[in-house]
Amino acid sequence: MALIEIRDVYKSFQREEQKIDVFTGLTLDIPAGSFTALMGPSGSGKSTLLNLIAGLDRPTSGTVRVADAEVSSMTSGQLAGWRARHVGFVFQSFNLLPVLTAYQNVELPLLLAPLSKKQRDERVRLALGVVGLDDRLDHYPRQLSGGQEQRVAIARAIVADPTVILLDEPTGQLDAKSSQEVLTLLRRLNDEFKKTIIIVTHDAHAAERATTTLHLEKGELVEATRRAAVAGSAR
Amino acid sequence: MKYFPLVWANLRRHKLRTILTILSVTAALFLFASLRTVVTTLGAASKFGSARRIVVTNSTGIVFPLPMAYANQLRTIPGVQGVTWANWFGGRYGDGKRFFANFAVDGPSYLELYPEVTVPADQRQAWLQDRTGALVGVRLLDVFGWRVGQNVTLQGTIFPGDWTFTIRGVYTPTSAQFQDDALLFHHELFDERIGRAGIVGWYVLSIDDPNRAAQIGKTIDDRFRNSSSPTKTGTEQAFNASFATMWGNVRLLMGTIGLAVVFAILLVTANAMMMSARERIGEVAVLKTIGFSDRALFGLIIAEAGVIALTGAILGLGGAKVLYRATNFNGLGFLPGFNVTASTLLLGASVAIVLMLASGLVPALRAARLPVVQALRHVE
Repeated sequence: MALIEIRDVYKSFQREEQKIDVFTGLTLDIPAGSFTALMGPSGSGKSTLLNLIAGLDRPTSGTVRVADAEVSSMTSGQLAGWRARHVGFVFQSFNLLPVLTAYQNVELPLLLAPLSKKQRDERVRLALGVVGLDDRLDHYPRQLSGGQEQRVAIARAIVADPTVILLDEPTGQLDAKSSQEVLTLLRRLNDEFKKTIIIVTHDAHAAERATTTLHLEKGELVEATRRAAVAGSAR
Repeated sequence: MKYFPLVWANLRRHKLRTILTILSVTAALFLFASLRTVVTTLGAASKFGSARRIVVTNSTGIVFPLPMAYANQLRTIPGVQGVTWANWFGGRYGDGKRFFANFAVDGPSYLELYPEVTVPADQRQAWLQDRTGALVGVRLLDVFGWRVGQNVTLQGTIFPGDWTFTIRGVYTPTSAQFQDDALLFHHELFDERIGRAGIVGWYVLSIDDPNRAAQIGKTIDDRFRNSSSPTKTGTEQAFNASFATMWGNVRLLMGTIGLAVVFAILLVTANAMMMSARERIGEVAVLKTIGFSDRALFGLIIAEAGVIALTGAILGLGGAKVLYRATNFNGLGFLPGFNVTASTLLLGASVAIVLMLASGLVPALRAARLPVVQALRHVE
């Protein structure tokens, strides 16, 4: 059963006089509980695909469905609420709010949920415990290493128990050791907590940790390396 | 309330900038309260005056005297119950830096017509019995450290020479609009020292019926129309108001300055808010990605502007209220009853709300309308 269904998606951008087609009829299914790596050269549409799945961007035509919700037809307000419940997003450059502590950064998504302060506290501590940073609650981002910052960002992405976790080059700014820690953590989230994970990466080692690797080129799916059940097609 | 830590954290991002912005709002609202209080105080002063008192001056102008002989004639006008008179003396004390009003008055009749002037019975008696005695406003004791029984010497400016008086009594006005820093001495002494000129600056009459004030005034002015010193009679309120209008169109002047100050500060605050929001485009994108709605982000930025405006309002308006009360400020005697009124505080609070909306609206709308993908390019 596909958790994410992308059907005949066209996406184009207007850059000055020039129209740039990113996707011209992409169709793709990503099953629940999978760990998918999106690979491809720059400009192949990896990040755009991630943005479409997260509801941060809209397709020019076609549909994007996530957990039976048609993301591509939601209003801006509906999308915000939907993202808060269903999407955890991790950026390459961590993007923790520098004025907030690790605890407060992780608590942010929970502020949007109908939870008491005590419930939020339990969840924040649990998430930071999962990423191994329960002793860094009161540290500000500037007091953490790059690997620790990214783990806090992952804790922020999982704290609301989202349907899907999307990561855009999460190891792009990390050294080898920190990258391994983050990838091990992601693997664990997929194995133990059955989280559906989609990771955009240029790093082949990172992609090897995924159950499926999808290769995009000029907006088309050119190859799918399956290590678990994934259905995909390219036009 | 659960978003407050986020608002608070953002305000602490650039502490100095936040503090300076709050201080600029504080200064603006303090000035606003001060300038408006000048207007309200002058307004109240111009309305002060008993409806049962009318004032007779020389029709040519208040600087021209009237004959003392008019007193007996005025007493015979139907409806007039009491007559007193006074002269502006214009004496200077010490280096003259601290101005205060000083008048030559007819003691017994003056105290009778002005129940607002309260004096302890023994001091009242002592003053009335001493030709060189002075009755001083309670504020002057604080200003100069005077005490009852002390001799004080004024240098005459209009009527030259050194004039030494013994403080025999201290009065406390019952109305805030009544000067509490004047010095009163006996007209009899004044008249003697200036060579029995037999002049007074103005007469104050008490009348039996306030509704007949205009009619009584007309009778008086008709009586002296063809004399060497024709009169102009009006209510005490009109008399006081004529002093207020001597300041020119203070209301317009103060109002214009006040608005200009508030507008200038509005620009400063709006600029600071916009700068703050512009620096955080990336963070706004991250919050949108997390799931913060446009409305929530709009509210967060308006809340930041609100905290700045509210803190500035409390400090500026509250500061003005407390400071002027604590120092018993009266504008060197020109602004008796200077008090930041509730209506001024309310108006100041409204200005703060407008300031909050005007300074927060543009950055808040920008943040709310920011396309998230475009904003994320600032991030990655």
